[in-house]
Amino acid sequence: MNRAQYARLVGTYGVLIALAALILFGWWRYDNFLSAFNVTTVVRYNAMFALIALGMCFVIMTGGIDLSVGSTAALGSVAAAMASHYGMAAGIGGGVGAGLLVGFVNGLLVTRANIMPFIATLSTLLAASGAALLLSKQTSVPISPTSGFMLVGHGMLWIIPVPAAIAIIAYLLGAILLNYTSTGRTVLAIGGGEDASRLMGLPVARVTFLVYLASGGLAGMAGVLLAALGFAGQPTEGVGWELFAIAAVVVGGTLLTGGSGSVLTTLAGVLLLGILFNVLNFENGKGWISLSAAWQSVVRGLFLLAVVLLQARLTRQHTRSA
Amino acid sequence: MIDAASSRSDSRPAASFDLFGFLARYGTLIALLLLIVFNLFFTRNFATLQTLNVNLTQVCTIVIVATGMTLVIATGGIDLSVGSIMAIAGALAPLIFLSPVFGGNVALAVAVGMAAAILAATLCGLFNGWLVAQFRIQPIVATLILFIAGRGIAQAMTNSNLQVFRVPEFQWIGLGRPLGIPVQVIIMVALVIIAAWMLRRTRFGRSILATGGNERAAELAGIAVKRTKLAVYAISGFCAGIAGLVVIAINSASDANLVGLGMELDAIAAVAVGGTLLVGGRATILGTLLGALTIQLVRYTLLANGVPDAAALIVKAAIIAFAVWLQQQRRA
Repeated sequence: MNRAQYARLVGTYGVLIALAALILFGWWRYDNFLSAFNVTTVVRYNAMFALIALGMCFVIMTGGIDLSVGSTAALGSVAAAMASHYGMAAGIGGGVGAGLLVGFVNGLLVTRANIMPFIATLSTLLAASGAALLLSKQTSVPISPTSGFMLVGHGMLWIIPVPAAIAIIAYLLGAILLNYTSTGRTVLAIGGGEDASRLMGLPVARVTFLVYLASGGLAGMAGVLLAALGFAGQPTEGVGWELFAIAAVVVGGTLLTGGSGSVLTTLAGVLLLGILFNVLNFENGKGWISLSAAWQSVVRGLFLLAVVLLQARLTRQHTRSA
Repeated sequence: MIDAASSRSDSRPAASFDLFGFLARYGTLIALLLLIVFNLFFTRNFATLQTLNVNLTQVCTIVIVATGMTLVIATGGIDLSVGSIMAIAGALAPLIFLSPVFGGNVALAVAVGMAAAILAATLCGLFNGWLVAQFRIQPIVATLILFIAGRGIAQAMTNSNLQVFRVPEFQWIGLGRPLGIPVQVIIMVALVIIAAWMLRRTRFGRSILATGGNERAAELAGIAVKRTKLAVYAISGFCAGIAGLVVIAINSASDANLVGLGMELDAIAAVAVGGTLLVGGRATILGTLLGALTIQLVRYTLLANGVPDAAALIVKAAIIAFAVWLQQQRRA
C-alpha cells in the first residue's frame, strides 16, 4: 500500500477509529458512560446537530457553504411550536416548511442571482433570525401540551429515541442519495469542477438549488426537534450552530473545497464532537479536574486544530505522491 | 441617469451594462446619500450633533474590525475569529490594569494593559495567518478554530465573571471627546486612512491584491505570498484588539460572553456591501467605511421611525444580498 492510499484510508476511517477509541475510553473510565440514560441523552441532543451537519455536508460537497442553518433552526422551532397546536403533523410540517422556505431563498440567491453562497446564506441568516423574532414576538413560544408533539423529541421507538431514529433515517437516505443516484454523483461533480460539470451537461443549477433546499429543510427539522425537546420554540437559539456543523463536517474528513466527502463520516464527526463534550462532563464528575464550559470550548477548538493539521499533512502527502 | 444609459443602448448593445456598472461602483454612496436625504425629511432631530455621535460611536467598532477584514478578504481569505479576539483583548486589559501589581501607578497599569491586550490580539491574528500560510488550511476552517476556542479562552481568563471598572485613564479611548470628537471616531478615521493608503500606495498593498487576484501567479512573480498572508491576519487581529478595548471602555465593563459577539458577520457584511470582492483581488477600504455607514444608517432609520429591530434585521439582509447582487452584475 503506498502512501497516498494510506493517507486516504486514514482520512476516511480516522474519524471512525477516533470515535471508537473515545467510546472505549469512556466505557473503561466512567461507570455510567454506556448506561441507557446517558446514551439516549447524548443521541437525543445530538440528533439536531446531526441533521444540520448532513445538510451542511451536501452543501459543502458542492463547494458551497450554508451559514443560515442555525437561525433557520430557530425559525423552524418557532414555526413548529406555533403549528403544534393543530396537531403533531402540523407541528412537524410547520417547522420543516419554514426551513424549506429559507432553503428555497438560499437556492434562488445562489443559482439565479449568482450570489456567493457565503454572502447569500449570511443574509438569510439575518433574515431568518429576524423572522423568528417577529413571529415569536421575541419570547419563547410554548408547544401544545396535548397534541403529542413533544413525542417527536421525547418519545421512544422500541429502544431508540425518536430524534435519533429521524437522524438515522435521514443519514441512510443521504448515503443512498449520494452514492447510488445520479443526483448524488452530480453533487460531487459540481464540487469537483462547476464549469466542467456544466459543460458535461449536468443539471448544475437544479442540483445546487436542491442541495440548499434540502439543507434548509433539515435545519427546519432540527428546529422541530429543538421545540419538542425544550417544550418551546426558541427564537434566539441556534447561534453558532452553523459553525459547529461546519466543524463536524471538517472533522468527518470532508474538504471544504468540495468534490469529495462522505455522509457516514460526517455523522461520526458529529458524534465525536458531541461525545467529547460528554466525556469532559464525566471527567468533571470524577473530580480530578474541573473544566468549566469555557475550557470545554477551548478543548473543542484544540481538537479541531489537531484534526485540521492532520488533514493538511495528509492531503499534502497525498498530492506530493500523486 | 437612466435616460443616459438607455439612449446609449441604441448605439451600443452592451450599454445597459453601464447602468449596472455605475450603480455597482457608486451604489453604496448613492444609497447612503438617499438615506441621509430621507432622514432629513422624515426623521425628527436627525440633523443634530447627537444623532451623528450616536451613529458614529455605534459604527466605529464595526469599521475598525472591517478595515482589517477588508485586507484579509483582499487576499482571498476570511477571518471568522475577530469577535472572539475582541473578547480576549477585552478580558485581558482589565485583568492587568485592575491588578494590584502596579501599586497606585494607574497610567503605567493602563499602558501595560492596553499594550498586552493588543499584543495578544495581534498574536491571535498571527496564529490564524500561520495556519493559513504555513499549512494551507482554508481560511474559514483556520479561523473557525479561534472562533470556537477564543471566546472560551476569554471566559476562562475571567472565570466568566463580569469585570466592572471605572478607570477614566483607560476609558478615555471610548468616552473621551477632544474638540467634541469621540476618541474612537478619531481612531477609526486614522485606521481607515492608513489602511487605504497602504492598500493603494505601498508595495505591501500591491502584494495583498496580487495574492488575492492569483496566488500562484503572485508567487511566481516573486511576491512573498506567505508573509503577506501572515501580515494581513495579524493586522486583522490587531484591529479586533483595538475594537475590543473600545467596546469595554464604552461599557465600563467587560463581559467575555458578549464582547464582539456576531462581529464577524457585521464586518463581513460591511466589506461585501462596500464593494470588495469576496474572492479577493479587489478591495476598497473607503467602500468598507461606506458599507458600514450604510448598514448602520438603515438600522437607525428603521428604528427611529418605529420599525422593530427584528424587522430591521430582514431589511439588512435584503440590502446585503442586493448590494452583492448588484456588484455581481458588473462582473458578469
